[in-house]
Amino acid sequence: MKEIKQIQAPVIQEQIEGLKIGEMVQLSGVIYTARDAAHKRMVNQLKEGKPLPIELENQAIFYVGPSPAKPGRVIGSCGPTTSSRMDSYAPILLEQGLKIMIGKGQRSPEVVAAAKKHQAVYLVGIGGAAALMSQCVKKAELVDYPDLGTEAIRRLEVEKMPLIVAIDTKGNNLFEVGPKQYAEK
Amino acid sequence: MQVKEINVAQITETVAKLCIDACLYLGDDVVELLHQAREKEVSDFGCYILDRMLENLEIASEQQIPMCQDTGMTVVFLEIGQDLHITGGNLEDAINEGVRRGYQEGYLRKSVLSPLERVNTKDNTPAVIHTKIVPGDNLKIRVAPKGAGSENMSRLKMLKPADGLEGIKEFVLETVTLAGGCPCPPLILGIGIGGTMEKAALLAKEALLRKAGTPSSDSLAAELEAEILELVNKTGIGPQGLGGKVTALAVHIETYPTHIAELPVAVNIQCHAARHKEAIL
Repeated sequence: MKEIKQIQAPVIQEQIEGLKIGEMVQLSGVIYTARDAAHKRMVNQLKEGKPLPIELENQAIFYVGPSPAKPGRVIGSCGPTTSSRMDSYAPILLEQGLKIMIGKGQRSPEVVAAAKKHQAVYLVGIGGAAALMSQCVKKAELVDYPDLGTEAIRRLEVEKMPLIVAIDTKGNNLFEVGPKQYAEK
Repeated sequence: MQVKEINVAQITETVAKLCIDACLYLGDDVVELLHQAREKEVSDFGCYILDRMLENLEIASEQQIPMCQDTGMTVVFLEIGQDLHITGGNLEDAINEGVRRGYQEGYLRKSVLSPLERVNTKDNTPAVIHTKIVPGDNLKIRVAPKGAGSENMSRLKMLKPADGLEGIKEFVLETVTLAGGCPCPPLILGIGIGGTMEKAALLAKEALLRKAGTPSSDSLAAELEAEILELVNKTGIGPQGLGGKVTALAVHIETYPTHIAELPVAVNIQCHAARHKEAIL
């Protein structure tokens, strides 16, 4: 198997600018959870000129709604959700300095362009491998939007979360080139 | 004749257990197909992803945590024997109470909300309940938690009779291609053909409950299943949409007679976490 690069969050810009699509990485550090409802609320707050619950500059957002943690556990199962539902919001957050998006599935051309413009990356986890991914989470705490339940913003401390680079800072898109290699007429 | 009676409390308890078991333990039929997929797959990412999916299932069952955080909207199929008497309360309430308990006690995610206000019901109720009255005096309960990643990529089209088998294949292929990596391939495709609009959709969902990889008992449908599976696996979409030879594990078709002017086709996409458990009371 390929070499696995180690990367950190909050982001060290040189680390992510060196990433290419199709590379495997392990992410360690602090990331934030946010999915549909939290994105909608953050984007609305930005439109109204209000401060966000988290500073997005150099941060990573994990599109996830974890299952409840069993007693004695840090978090429940937590695999990525479908990223395309965040496509309409993502360019606005990238403009605020967001550097890593973590999810699953292909993104819109607008997101690919915005990632290139703001020198950010999109990393994918394995959708459905949620029990496995939960093993990488060492700490989880609620940050804001508690009324959103599983969709609230949480701060996660993660160690060596296994991810694949799907969109890089050059605007390359693994979902474009990957399947083409294996398609048969 | 003595009439068989089942108290709703037993139904509640059964539904709760089925919800938890479905979310923690994947059926052997699907696990076997994942192993076969691993043998067939040629792409590096495809193999890596399938290995991690199998590892994930082991962790879920060992640590008793859901295999996927999306523990779904709970779809319940009931087959009620017409000679059976259900006692002690309302059947639908009993099922929803089972869902409530299962999702609470199993630490499963509560994902159900009002569609317009988007306010969460906080207990994953109500379930989507499909009821069939059948001969006999048994109660068969099948619980199938359905995640949104794959459900969102499902489609239905009222084809023209002139579109025929080619039209059906084209529509399924278009649906899978549009879905790409979003529904967490490798997939199981439930395809409902015939009936009316809602009948086709229901057939598609029911097709997903069949033992994974078992061909239809109808020979023409079975042929079409094999052909569609081959076509889908030639798209190159592969595990998680990153490229590979295995995009689907199985294709299941269910048919029903339709109108002379109609050819409804529904494609219910199921992710690799093809969860369903059943019990007969």
